[in-house]
Amino acid sequence: MPSIEAVDLSKKYGSFQALSNINLKIEGAKCVGFLGPNGAGKTTTLKIFTDMILASSGRALINGVSVHEEKRKALNHCGALIESPEIYPSFTPREALSMVAEIKGVPSSETKKRIEDTLAEVKMEEWIDKKVGKFSKGMKQRVNIAAALLSEPEIVLLDEPTTGLDPRGMSEVRDIVKSLKKHNRLIFMSSHLLPEVSDVCDEVAMIDHGKLLVYDTIGNVTAKFGGDGGGAQTVEVGFSGPVDDAMISGKIATLAGVVATDRVDPRNVRIKFSGGLAVQERLLIDLASLRIGVVSYRPSTSALEETYLNLIKDTL
Amino acid sequence: MSQENQSAAMENAVGNKLPTSGQQVGTIIKYEMRNYFRSRRFFILLAIDLIIGALLTFVVAYKGIASIATNPITGAIQALPFYSTWWGFSAVILVFFSAVFFGGDAISGEFQNKTGYFLVSNPIRRSSIYVGKWIAALVASLIIIGIFTAITIANASYYFGITGGMPWQFQESFIFTLVYLIAALGFTFFFSSLFKSSAMSILITAILLLFGFMLIDELVTALLNIEPWFSLAYGSGIVSNVLMSTYPAHLSTVPEHFGKRTISITSYAATIPEGLAIMLGYFIVTAILGLVLFERKEFN
Repeated sequence: MPSIEAVDLSKKYGSFQALSNINLKIEGAKCVGFLGPNGAGKTTTLKIFTDMILASSGRALINGVSVHEEKRKALNHCGALIESPEIYPSFTPREALSMVAEIKGVPSSETKKRIEDTLAEVKMEEWIDKKVGKFSKGMKQRVNIAAALLSEPEIVLLDEPTTGLDPRGMSEVRDIVKSLKKHNRLIFMSSHLLPEVSDVCDEVAMIDHGKLLVYDTIGNVTAKFGGDGGGAQTVEVGFSGPVDDAMISGKIATLAGVVATDRVDPRNVRIKFSGGLAVQERLLIDLASLRIGVVSYRPSTSALEETYLNLIKDTL
Repeated sequence: MSQENQSAAMENAVGNKLPTSGQQVGTIIKYEMRNYFRSRRFFILLAIDLIIGALLTFVVAYKGIASIATNPITGAIQALPFYSTWWGFSAVILVFFSAVFFGGDAISGEFQNKTGYFLVSNPIRRSSIYVGKWIAALVASLIIIGIFTAITIANASYYFGITGGMPWQFQESFIFTLVYLIAALGFTFFFSSLFKSSAMSILITAILLLFGFMLIDELVTALLNIEPWFSLAYGSGIVSNVLMSTYPAHLSTVPEHFGKRTISITSYAATIPEGLAIMLGYFIVTAILGLVLFERKEFN
C-alpha cells in the first residue's frame, strides 16, 4: 500500500520556523489535498519529501523509506511536481521526457509510447517535437505534469499543479488528477484553490504557520470545524432538470437532519444538515428515493471554505 | 537486504527498473551534451577556438616560420620553439574559456533558471547530477581543445613534416593542459555550487582564473618572498614552461635597477611534480567541496 509519512518533521530558516513537528501519515490509494495560506509550509513539506531541501529535524518517509537517507529507493515509485520547474529551452517535450524516462528506468521498449500517451493526456501531443523555450508557462507546466506521471508512479506529489494554467487547463488538470485516482495511486496535492481540492480530493490536511491543524476526510473536517461551529455541514446536490421551490421546501427541507436549503440555480441546491457522516449518507439515500433526478452529491465548497477560514483564523 | 532483494525493490509494478547511479550519470552526460551542442555558448567558444587557430596560421604563414620557431640559443628553426609560441599561451587561454563557459554556471544555473527543479525531484543522487554535468563539461572542453590541438599539429606537420615534427615536450605539455583543464573545471564547478546566481559564479571564476591568481602570485612573491604554491596559475605554469628550450629555474633572483637603487626581484617557477601536485590538489579539494555544497544546497 503506498504511503507517505512525516515524523516530527521540522524546518527552520534562521530564526523562522517554517515547519514545526509535523506528524502526518497518509496511506492507501486516495487523493489528499494539502491546504494552507501562503507561507504556511506546504511547499516546504513537499520539498523535503522530494529531497529539494533538508529537514532541520524529523524524517520524511515514502513507502517507509527515508527520502534523505535513501533518496533513490524512496522516490523510485514517486512522481513529483514542485513549483514550476524549467526545462532546458533547447529541449523538446519528447527529449525532456526521454531524459526522465531514462533516469527512472522506464523500459526502452515502452518509452516512446509512454511519452506520447502521457503528453496526449496533458493535451501536448501536438507540441511533442517543438522546443520548450517557445512555450508559455501553462504549456511548460503541462509538460512538467507529464514528466511527473511518465513512470506511472504509485505516489504523486503535486505542488499547486494548476499554477499558470488557464481555466480550461485547470479543469483538464483536475480531470487528470481524478483519473489518477482510478489507478490506485496516492496523490498528495497542495493547493490554494478550495474548489479544486473539494472537487478532486477525498481527504484534506490543513497546515498553517508550519503546524498541521487537521488531517481527515473532507466530510469529517467540515463536520467538526465547519459552518456555525455547531457541527452543521453543507452538501451541493445537482439535478438532471430544474427543481421547483415546492419540491425544495416541501420535500427536501423536511428530510431527516436537514437544517436549511438554498437554491444555487435551477438545477443545484445547497443543503445544510447536521449529524455527521451517518446523516450525510442517509440524506443521499433519501434524496435518491425521491426520484427527482439527483445526478451529483458532494460536500459543498463553501463548507470547506468555511472550515478552512475557521481553522486558519484560530491560529492567527 | 541482499542485492537481489534490493534490485527487486528497485523494480516497480509497471516494469520500471531504476538504473544504477553510474547509468544515471551516463544519462545526465548524454542530455547535457545535447544541450551544449545546441547552446550559443558552445558555438561562441568553437568560433573563438577557430579564430585563434586561423589567426596563428595566418600570422605564421605571413611572417614566416622563422618568426616563431627560431631557437633563441642556437638560432636554428625547430619545432619546440614553434610549439612554445603557438601552444604555450593559447592552450591556457582555451582552458580558461572552456572552464568558465562550461563550468561557470553549470550548477548555479540549475538554481537560478529552476532547471534543477526538473531533475532533483527524481530518484537520482545529487552526486550523479554533479558528476554527470562535470563530465559533460569536460567532454565539451576536450572537443574545443582537441580542435585547437589538431590545428596546431596540422601546422607543425606542414612546417616540420609529419614524422619529425612533434617534440616530447609538446606531448607533456598537452597532458599538463588536460590536467589544468580538470583542475580548472573542478574550480569553476566549486564556485558554481557556492552561488545561486549564474552571473556571480561566472564573474568570480573568470576574475580569479584570468588575473586574480596571477596578481596574488606576483604580490606574494614580490612582497613576502614566498613561493605561491597555493596558486592554480602558478601550478599551470608547467604547461608553457615545459616547452622552453631550458626549463626555468625553480628559484631565480634578478637584480633590477631603480635609479641609484638596486633591488633583487625573486621569481619562482613550479617544477613539474610540483605543478602537477598543485593542479591535482586543486581538483580534488574543489571537487569534494563543490559536491558537498551541492549535496547540501537547498532549492528554495
